[in-house]
Amino acid sequence: MELITGAEILVRCLKEEGVECMFGYPGGAVLHIYDALYAQDHIKHVLVRHEQAAVHAAEGYARASGKTGVVLVTSGPGVTNAVTGIADAYMDSIPLVVFSGQVPTALIGNDAFQEVDAVGITRPCVKHNFLVRDIKNLAETIKKAFYIASTGRPGPVLIDLPKDITIGKAEFHYPKKVKLRSYNPTVKGHAGQIRKAVDLILSAKRPVIYTGGGVILSEGSPELVELAQLLGYPITNTLMGLGAYPATDRQFIGMLGMHGTYEANMAMHHCDVLIAIGARFDDRVTGKIDKFCPEAKIVHVDIDPSSISKNVLVDIPIVGSVPSVLRGMINVIRDEKLKPDAEALDRWWRQIDEWRAMKSLSYRQSDEVIKPQYVIQKLYQVTEGKAIITSDVGQHQMWAAQYYLFDRPRQWINSGGLGTMGFGLPAAMGAKLAFPDQDVACVTGDGSIQMMLQELSTMKQYYTPVKIVNLNNGYLGMVRQWQEFFYQKRYSMTYLEALPNFVMLAEAYGHVGMRIEKPGDVEGALREAFAMKDRTVFLDFITDQGENVFPMIPSGGGQNEMLLAERDEMVSTHDEGMVLL
Amino acid sequence: MNNNRHLISILMENEAGALSRVANLFSARGYNIESLTVAPTDDPTLSRLTLVTYGNEQIIEQIVKQLNKLIDVVKLIDLSETDAIERELMLVKTKASGEQRAEMKRLADIFGGHVLDVTEATYTIELTGTGSKLDNFLRAIEKEAILEVVRSGATGIALGQKALRA
Repeated sequence: MELITGAEILVRCLKEEGVECMFGYPGGAVLHIYDALYAQDHIKHVLVRHEQAAVHAAEGYARASGKTGVVLVTSGPGVTNAVTGIADAYMDSIPLVVFSGQVPTALIGNDAFQEVDAVGITRPCVKHNFLVRDIKNLAETIKKAFYIASTGRPGPVLIDLPKDITIGKAEFHYPKKVKLRSYNPTVKGHAGQIRKAVDLILSAKRPVIYTGGGVILSEGSPELVELAQLLGYPITNTLMGLGAYPATDRQFIGMLGMHGTYEANMAMHHCDVLIAIGARFDDRVTGKIDKFCPEAKIVHVDIDPSSISKNVLVDIPIVGSVPSVLRGMINVIRDEKLKPDAEALDRWWRQIDEWRAMKSLSYRQSDEVIKPQYVIQKLYQVTEGKAIITSDVGQHQMWAAQYYLFDRPRQWINSGGLGTMGFGLPAAMGAKLAFPDQDVACVTGDGSIQMMLQELSTMKQYYTPVKIVNLNNGYLGMVRQWQEFFYQKRYSMTYLEALPNFVMLAEAYGHVGMRIEKPGDVEGALREAFAMKDRTVFLDFITDQGENVFPMIPSGGGQNEMLLAERDEMVSTHDEGMVLL
Repeated sequence: MNNNRHLISILMENEAGALSRVANLFSARGYNIESLTVAPTDDPTLSRLTLVTYGNEQIIEQIVKQLNKLIDVVKLIDLSETDAIERELMLVKTKASGEQRAEMKRLADIFGGHVLDVTEATYTIELTGTGSKLDNFLRAIEKEAILEVVRSGATGIALGQKALRA
């Protein structure tokens, strides 16, 4: 058999895995790999301008398509720059395989030029990582990495490749399957638990279905919709779970949590049976743990046993893949012709409709100044609710989540767990590369966008025409909001003086820039931008500087202690809550 | 809920970094770790790691789940939840001169220890047993007599036919 280099083995493995697109940045330790990439044309490599963007772009690609994202960075600063992105993917369970160059095996540990302990640095924020010490193990390691990244609860896997491994030669053999004695995720839920869960679910008088990112990651949306509609129960999604159930359906009661709707949080607080699916009871959802769903019996479906009873003790845990477990539930309900308590459900819906009538997402429109919420509503209308929306982190992220109604999974792409400012723009680029024919918009703010601005250059080079919706209020808005409420308006380090002229900046990178200052111009500008199918357009919306995100559960509050816009006096949160952040 | 002591024994891949993953998990998640001992098994591809930790029921459940989630962990057992033998090895260097010398030997005998090394002024004593037995020995001898104490950390094995194998 023919001997080929480690670098060529790597490229052949990627081809075997069906990789079409990868993101990276070259450097000394990965020169051989880049040389092998040069000699082929089936994998598109996107040269970013910063390694963090490579990972976020790969995340955007993976989150939009469901495929595993692939990243290649060099040793030392290449991999340390990538760490934020890797941690981001880890928190949101995004399947990635990250290749990092490493100094030659003989130099490891000698403080060589551009050497860092990549495996050590990334260990706490990867699902698993490998250092390849023998070229004979290279292909199998790559196979394992893709398998681990994409199965069970997905996550990033890093492979550290010393330069001599990429230069050395070996026979190429790609294993068809790998089996790890220490890794066998449970897919099928326990039939007895499913049966018990169904009994509890059907006994409910005030049920709520609460679902998270796990439904999207597992492609469980069809089963979720089927189950929810079979039961007729109200359903709420987490920030990561938006789109798993159509937001325009009547049974959808909005996002829950700190900035969720009044009806979603009140329903959670008063429910007697909570059906948690692919969600992890994050602190942004639960609020103060001992005030969380005080009356509820809880069913929790999750593929990761460690997510179950981690923050909140549950009554019926079911470990398994969401579609498989939900299919099991649907089958039991259908086979036995089980029916929910229609009378109780009717009463429950009437109560929920009363909460809904509070219109917790209402805001005061203005003719003078652009309201950020209005921009998102117009974005929704102009794109007919069909665009892929990525977001950065802050107030704009919450407004995008609240006012854009996501009707399908993988349409809403944001950094939920880690909350990484700078995520949105490279993620939009990745999503656009996965779906070149779809409209992609990045909702961002003047703070976040400046963390990854350099990618405007990459977007020019690789022709990824996305629309950047910048909600520019001149502040780090979310921090400013907290300072207003909880730090007596001491706006410490949140006013961004000397913002660049974003229009000129966009033009400098070869894109189109637009500045919009009047509410009356919002819709027209958006229409004009989306009509330019082949251009990246930077829409700089000058928005109300003082606008706050409502509703809001202040830290330390329970789900029934929501503050609604312009109705409640903002009270300083309890000391205990301040610690919670 | 009480913070009970748990002896957890882990069978894991004998690979570079596997130990760090376990140690990392405990520090990253803020779990207590009192002792930790690790060595390869009869199957050289596997290591056996045994650790002692404290926590209430919920914390121990999380520790067990998080350990199982590590890709390198093949299997584990909480030996505190089953009939098991726990043993720890201790080496103690003590002063042993004059009247002290006979007394020290007598105490070592009572605790089933062996004197491994003798000088004119010192003994080096080997003792095995549960952690509390070793503690008792150290309490039994004069504090001033102790020159050095080395403990292996607890390890253990289930009683009966139950065996932790890959």
